[in-house]
Amino acid sequence: MTHTSDRLARATQESTHERTPWRVRLALHDIDGITLLVVPAVLFVLGLFVYPFLYGLVLSFKPRAGDFLANYRKFFSDPFLYDTIYATLRLALPATIINVLVSIPVALRVRKLHRRRLLTTILVIPITLGTVLIAEGLLNYLGPQGWLNRTLMLLGVISAPLRLVHNYTGVMISLILSGFPFTFLLTLSYITGIDASLEQAAATLGATARARFRHIVLPLLVQGLAVNFCLSFVQTFSVFPSAVLLGAPAGDTRVISIAAYQAAYEQYDASMAATIAMIMGFVQLTVVVLALAGRNLFYRGAAGGGKG
Amino acid sequence: MSIAGRDFRELRLEDLNRSFGMLNALKGVSLSVKRGEFIALLGPSGCGKSTALNCLAGLLTLSGGSIWLDQTRIDRLKPEERGFGMVFQNYALFPHMTVRRNIGFGLTMQRRPKEEIARKVEEALAIVRLGQQGDKLPGQLSGGQQQRVAIARAIVIEPPLVLMDEPLSNLDAKLRLEMRSEIRRIHDLIGSATIYVTHDQEEALSLADRIVVMRDGTVRQVGTPAELYGRPAHADVAEFMGYRNVLPARVLDGGGSGCIQVSVGGAALKGMAIEQRPADQAIVAVRPDDLRPASDGPVAAIVESAQYHGREFYCSGRASDGTELYFCSPQPVRKGERVLLAADPTRVLIYAGTS
Ligand SMILES: Nc1ncnc2c1ncn2[C@@H]1O[C@H](COP(=O)(O)OP(=O)(O)OP(=O)(O)O)[C@@H](O)[C@H]1O
Ligand SMILES: [Mg+2]
Repeated sequence: MTHTSDRLARATQESTHERTPWRVRLALHDIDGITLLVVPAVLFVLGLFVYPFLYGLVLSFKPRAGDFLANYRKFFSDPFLYDTIYATLRLALPATIINVLVSIPVALRVRKLHRRRLLTTILVIPITLGTVLIAEGLLNYLGPQGWLNRTLMLLGVISAPLRLVHNYTGVMISLILSGFPFTFLLTLSYITGIDASLEQAAATLGATARARFRHIVLPLLVQGLAVNFCLSFVQTFSVFPSAVLLGAPAGDTRVISIAAYQAAYEQYDASMAATIAMIMGFVQLTVVVLALAGRNLFYRGAAGGGKG
Repeated sequence: MSIAGRDFRELRLEDLNRSFGMLNALKGVSLSVKRGEFIALLGPSGCGKSTALNCLAGLLTLSGGSIWLDQTRIDRLKPEERGFGMVFQNYALFPHMTVRRNIGFGLTMQRRPKEEIARKVEEALAIVRLGQQGDKLPGQLSGGQQQRVAIARAIVIEPPLVLMDEPLSNLDAKLRLEMRSEIRRIHDLIGSATIYVTHDQEEALSLADRIVVMRDGTVRQVGTPAELYGRPAHADVAEFMGYRNVLPARVLDGGGSGCIQVSVGGAALKGMAIEQRPADQAIVAVRPDDLRPASDGPVAAIVESAQYHGREFYCSGRASDGTELYFCSPQPVRKGERVLLAADPTRVLIYAGTS
């Protein structure tokens, strides 16, 4: 920011002597020929994201009955509907936070391994499997007749099977398992982006491993963790299959996407479904904005300590 | 904080080895450093200087050998337990901390009182001439300014041993001279030992009490600047110390030591035998500024180029048998001119070898 304004100030000074060519003035704003390459991406985003969003927004203000705010009023006056926000956040927030927090020590450790490639490959597999397959597996493993309960009962640790699926716990476990690889890989890439010589320098200055983490790694990681949190949260927030398959879709884990699904495909009320989708988006946006705003309290910039 | 106490009498490196896979970056490096000594580690790029420094600081583990601080073995200690100050070749400044907090980091880790930290940081800022830049982030400084912050950060904790990896490589000529004497002054002030990596022989000569010349992971010679300047122990050390003329020669007379006569570039030249030679083959090393035109000089050469270097001309020429020679001339010489060159026999050094 400061750089741009500096350069602008200089440019305006110069332009009093002679007119700066427009090409140079654009370059001062970091705009040049290569910038045009983003045009296809912009069109893509407009077509696939902005248009459906605006369509849905308009649709949500055209309820089957009542004035244009009727759907929103209905949502916020019916606990059966507005409680879904709470049910979703109750799953998505802890799952995301746990994943982000656990990924830090694991990534710190993995960073020093030689066989990092192999490990990251193994971790990518769950991402490609998708939520449904993981849910299937968990149903088998953790169900009342699953091997976990049978083993525990065989060992005499428990007398009756633990209820680990078709409730909050089941969805939580599935969200953590399916979300972790993604969160971890992101954290790992942020951590390896921190120049190792910074920690070495801190060590020669007497900082213990703990102090190095607190004073060097963590401050340089906060930016990445905030972005990581947002991306992971958005993924978790909209997860629909695990809430249906592993949870209690009529009770504890009736998440907001289930409400939207029911509105659209059980009541055939597209306008109401659009309304719920809009509210869903708004809640996500609020959390993301809060996370990114919190990040601005910290240092933003490169995590290298080297020349240049 | 650091187990390595402030007052030591001697730091000993015994047979240090370090390999990176197949490559041996250090091969049996031994050295003894006294308290208060300023050691320059000199050698061509890739010879293992930074590796040696990192092993000393505890940032690299040894593949073999040991490091002793008096009677304490320290090579198994973590870097934070050794408490040696280090200036990194790539600075390694903390990008999220202001210059002041960077410099004060070591003192903060030692839990010193706030006022003391503030005072010492101001002093260090003044020493490295960065009084105005204290509140900037490292990213807002020039390369040379960053380098000086790195120096200040390492010395402000007054460590028993300061390790510097080419700390002046990014400074302009004037600032480099200034910082050079500052570094020596700080060294004398805190009374610690300093190991200073450089590949600038002039810097090593002017700063150090002793110079260690390395090559391919081994120590080639350890000596005072005068010894290294006047009597390099091997031909490759001589070449690195500014003996630009390193020429194959044939021994004419005097197989033993002392003053002998050799044939070089188709002429006979007297010189000092430094190394024992097995056969009549030898290598002659002469500095360009010791080889000068003289009316009765033994070596004839045709001038090929002459560069003006202020007081003198720095010239290259070809001897009658085609050998390339570098010499200095106080008078201007022209390309193609024939000159006779002479050298003081005590400045002509003769080594073993065939190329
Ligand atoms: N981490 C590493 N992995 C593999 N090889 C390495 C590593 N670090 C250094 N080396 C090798 O060890 C040798 C010595 O390297 P070192 O950095 O000590 O050289 P240097 O003397 O400091 O050179 P320069 O003056 O260019 O800094 C080099 O051949 C280098 O390629
Ligand atoms: Mg180096």
